[in-house]
Amino acid sequence: MNHYRFPQPSLRFIPIWRRNWLVWRKVAATSVIGHLADPVIYMLGLGYGLGSLLPEMNGMSYLTFLAAGTVCYSTMNSATFEALYSGFARMHEQRTWDAIMNTPVTLDDIVLSEMLWAATKSLMAGLAVLLVIWLMGLSHSWLSLWMIPLALLVGLTFAALGLIMTALAPSYDFFMYYFTLVVTPMMLLCGVFFPVTQLPESLQLFAAILPLTHAVDLARPLMNGVVPAETGFHLLALCAYAGLGFYVALVLFRRRLAR
Amino acid sequence: MSSIIRARKLQKSYGIFRVVDGLDLDIRRGECFGLLGPNGAGKTTTLRLLLGLTEPDGGSAELLDLPVPQAAREARIRVGVVPQMDNLDPDFTVAENLLVYGRYFGLSDTEINARIPDLLDFASLTNKRDARVPTLSGGMKRRLTLARALVNDPDVIFLDEPTTGLDPQARHLIWQRLRELTRQGKTLLLTTHFMDEAERLCHRLAVMDNGRLIAQGSPQDLISGHIEPQVVEVFGEPAAEWAHRHAGHFSERFEISGETVFCYVRDAQPLLAELAREEGLRYLHRPANLEDVFLKLTGREMRE
Repeated sequence: MNHYRFPQPSLRFIPIWRRNWLVWRKVAATSVIGHLADPVIYMLGLGYGLGSLLPEMNGMSYLTFLAAGTVCYSTMNSATFEALYSGFARMHEQRTWDAIMNTPVTLDDIVLSEMLWAATKSLMAGLAVLLVIWLMGLSHSWLSLWMIPLALLVGLTFAALGLIMTALAPSYDFFMYYFTLVVTPMMLLCGVFFPVTQLPESLQLFAAILPLTHAVDLARPLMNGVVPAETGFHLLALCAYAGLGFYVALVLFRRRLAR
Repeated sequence: MSSIIRARKLQKSYGIFRVVDGLDLDIRRGECFGLLGPNGAGKTTTLRLLLGLTEPDGGSAELLDLPVPQAAREARIRVGVVPQMDNLDPDFTVAENLLVYGRYFGLSDTEINARIPDLLDFASLTNKRDARVPTLSGGMKRRLTLARALVNDPDVIFLDEPTTGLDPQARHLIWQRLRELTRQGKTLLLTTHFMDEAERLCHRLAVMDNGRLIAQGSPQDLISGHIEPQVVEVFGEPAAEWAHRHAGHFSERFEISGETVFCYVRDAQPLLAELAREEGLRYLHRPANLEDVFLKLTGREMRE
């Protein structure tokens, strides 16, 4: 069987997802605080602190502007952490994958469940931030409910991209490169804290191909009750990153684990 | 008897290194079959090939009448595996490990929960049901791994060095359980470094070296077919020098390993009489065992 064959997942990915869910339930309390504290403190601190120095941004308060970006990047972070650190622990350190592959479950099922599980966790992270935003009255539109499926899609995208790193990683230290060279630049260049249009033209072009830009371009209008421009294009871009990312990650895992 | 695991000219290379080199194997239903060999002989790779976890470069394999790796998923529904390294879920309790693992076979929670008391009893872990894995001893972890391999009530059980790293008490308990599984009619395929383990448990054995089978048969057949029936081990500083002068006259074959001389003989009496006359030599007279066969077939040098 060559490593490049089309993915052949089965419904047997479900018990793996349930395994991770059972682990998560045991640490749920600390996990929820972790999901919530960091992004909300950033949002409130910058939103009020920096926001008081700024005039309105794109016709809204800076805090409102920041809210949409915060949902996106906290979803990205959560999916990335799960796919990188927790995924690597399950594959390499605890050898959970080895145990699972001795059953009728295949590697394709495992990689699919890793992606779906990381997306599930990031959906919870996104929802936690959304809840704070709704409770604070920063978004009044029914359109903001679309943020829920969007958070899931963003989670799938960054889970898939993160899994590529996990498949390549010799150790945990390797993940620092990904954060320094990919995650942090995206947080700063993709319109989370300020509009992409503030950047020089060359950086704007670069930002336009990054997946987080597409997520923010969808999220901000939705939070403000506006149907986003070029919805189909942005969705397609995110789906392409998710689909191709999954395939590349799967090929790399097949090669890595074909001992 | 029909074979439940079958390999024909099975072959696997990593780079230029042939790990499994034209392997033919027939394991019969209900037997305990042992795969012996020094480190790097290809035992674990053979197990992985037979489980359909690794793609062979050549040859074919069948597991429970299904071709692997093509139909490995279906075949593994009726197989249990005890891996070399424990990979239990550290976040879970003993019972949760069994429940979660059973789900991978498509079993419902009701089915699995009904089986858990018997599995815990079999593994002597009933009072550890709600203990978390990191609190278990090495022997308990091995027994839980064995119980986990039985959660789907498999016909065939693969065991990769099931007692490595265990103390004698824990090993004996595992042996007892493995014999019980054989009595229940399960087929066992195990790899081991322990010759006493192989000799006690296995109906048939194969010795592997450099990816090839170099001998096969029951423990008794291997001993009687490959080696003289008696061994006299001679120890002490002058042993080697003594051996060069005299050992050849009194034994069919002898080997010097450090300060020990192994003399292989059909009739030990003349040798023992000679040794009784020598000053400063200690010796041990014993029947030949599987370890002697193994060392004869695979040599005494270290494999690292």
